Amino acid sequence: MSRYFTEDHEWVDVDGDVGTVGISEYAQSQLGDIVFVDVPEEGKALTKGDEAAVVESVKAASDVYSPVSGTVIEGNPALTETPGLVNEEPESDGWFFKLTLSDPDELSGLMDEIAYAAFVEKL
Amino acid sequence: MSDTEIPDEIATQTLPLDAWHRAQGGRMVEFAGYHMPVQYEGIMAEHLWVRESAGLFDVSHMGQLVFRAEGGADVVAALEALLPADIAGLAENKQRYSLLLAENGGILDDLMVTHLPRENPFAADDEAAEPAEPAGWSPLDASPTDPDAPTFYMVVNGATKIDDIAHLLEFLPDGIAINHLEEQALLALQGPKAADALARLVPGVEAMVFMTAGAFDWNGVPLWISRSGYTGEDGFEISVPGEHVVALADALIAEPEVKPIGLGARDSLRLEAGLPLYGHDLDPETTPVQADLGFALSKRRREAGDFMGAEPILAERAAGATTKRVGLLIAGRQPVREGATVVDASGADIGRVTSGGFAPSVGAAIAMAYVPAELATPGTTVSLSQRGKVHTATVTAMPFIPHRYVRAGGK
Repeated sequence: MSRYFTEDHEWVDVDGDVGTVGISEYAQSQLGDIVFVDVPEEGKALTKGDEAAVVESVKAASDVYSPVSGTVIEGNPALTETPGLVNEEPESDGWFFKLTLSDPDELSGLMDEIAYAAFVEKL
Repeated sequence: MSDTEIPDEIATQTLPLDAWHRAQGGRMVEFAGYHMPVQYEGIMAEHLWVRESAGLFDVSHMGQLVFRAEGGADVVAALEALLPADIAGLAENKQRYSLLLAENGGILDDLMVTHLPRENPFAADDEAAEPAEPAGWSPLDASPTDPDAPTFYMVVNGATKIDDIAHLLEFLPDGIAINHLEEQALLALQGPKAADALARLVPGVEAMVFMTAGAFDWNGVPLWISRSGYTGEDGFEISVPGEHVVALADALIAEPEVKPIGLGARDSLRLEAGLPLYGHDLDPETTPVQADLGFALSKRRREAGDFMGAEPILAERAAGATTKRVGLLIAGRQPVREGATVVDASGADIGRVTSGGFAPSVGAAIAMAYVPAELATPGTTVSLSQRGKVHTATVTAMPFIPHRYVRAGGK
């Protein structure tokens, strides 16, 4: 399984043609206390870069963009009651949604963990 | 438009605690033209800490003004011409909330005004206190011709202070001097344990009650302290010379009850307390009647009708405002924030949300909004539109969290 990152601080884990999407540790630290997450419904078709989810901290609302194109399999049901999971476990239990990738070639335009770490370092 | 008169880029200014905030781990943002800390450890934790213990806020961006009569002018009458408060009835060391009003009744700013004692605690920062004054005249007195003429201290919002001063200079009569205390920093210590912590450093503050003030000494540093604030909690606001504010802030956070708190929690605390924020819930387009600030229009001043903006405001008060500021409890967890609209059944805009967010002590999303008067009764259900999504909310009496001020006759 491989993990890729966007410059907007989303990550996607790819296992076969299924991607799991979330936001990075850096993103959650910048957002602060997360109080609400709106995840996409099953069956929603997303194009790379589409607004896929909304994450609200105490201070502000932010869009989460889909790092790849595909069809949503499920949103993370745990985030409805426990949005703070995104603060606690942003890169594991705090995932946002899973989708079936329609164009795996898009992954080549994303950063791997080392490249993303270097990207964040410069921010 | 005044925009053409202002340079496009005004450099963000720094306040005396700038380096202190950074050393404390504050995340700095631009606010009201200054670099200010929005948070330290996190807005939620900071908010809850203030509600259970005590938090230290730097509010040095706010404008501190002293009004003094020169040569027999009447400072009380001058201030009453511009403010709807009973200034004549404000005893020494008493503080009052008031509004700076435009001719059309719009709110130019909200503020706190205090009647200073005869021994002007800001004498050291007062231009009149220069040693060139004639011998025998004490700078502590308001005027060489009338030592009994009162002086007043006013705290106004940071983002509006320059416009406020321009308005005051335009409309105050000759003979009223305004001194902008730019060298004074301002701290707020708020929370149920604020009195315990501050009294250890400055004995005697615990004897004051809400909306009173006094001069104190801390290791030779003159402090002007009021028992007031903008969080709904008990607490104090402390005016301190800028060169001593780092030492005072260090001493305050050394007390076990006290942590530094950023602007983020300041905003969520005042929202829960039902307190309007200028530039968001109040602006030149809204009046005190619409904003539900009728308490700021004192009875004597209403009957006299002799303050700027009185005519339209009193007419609106008699007829009833068509739009009212209300509190809203939002259904579901998603915050509905400033910029969202209040909509009718057809989806047409009928009002606006002016502040909103997640309320840590309520555990729900809350907001302030202006709604048509017929929807302003607590218990009324209203619909809100935000980014294409409709939310349901219930009009709720404010404050959302009970105020815990220490009043005269209380414990």
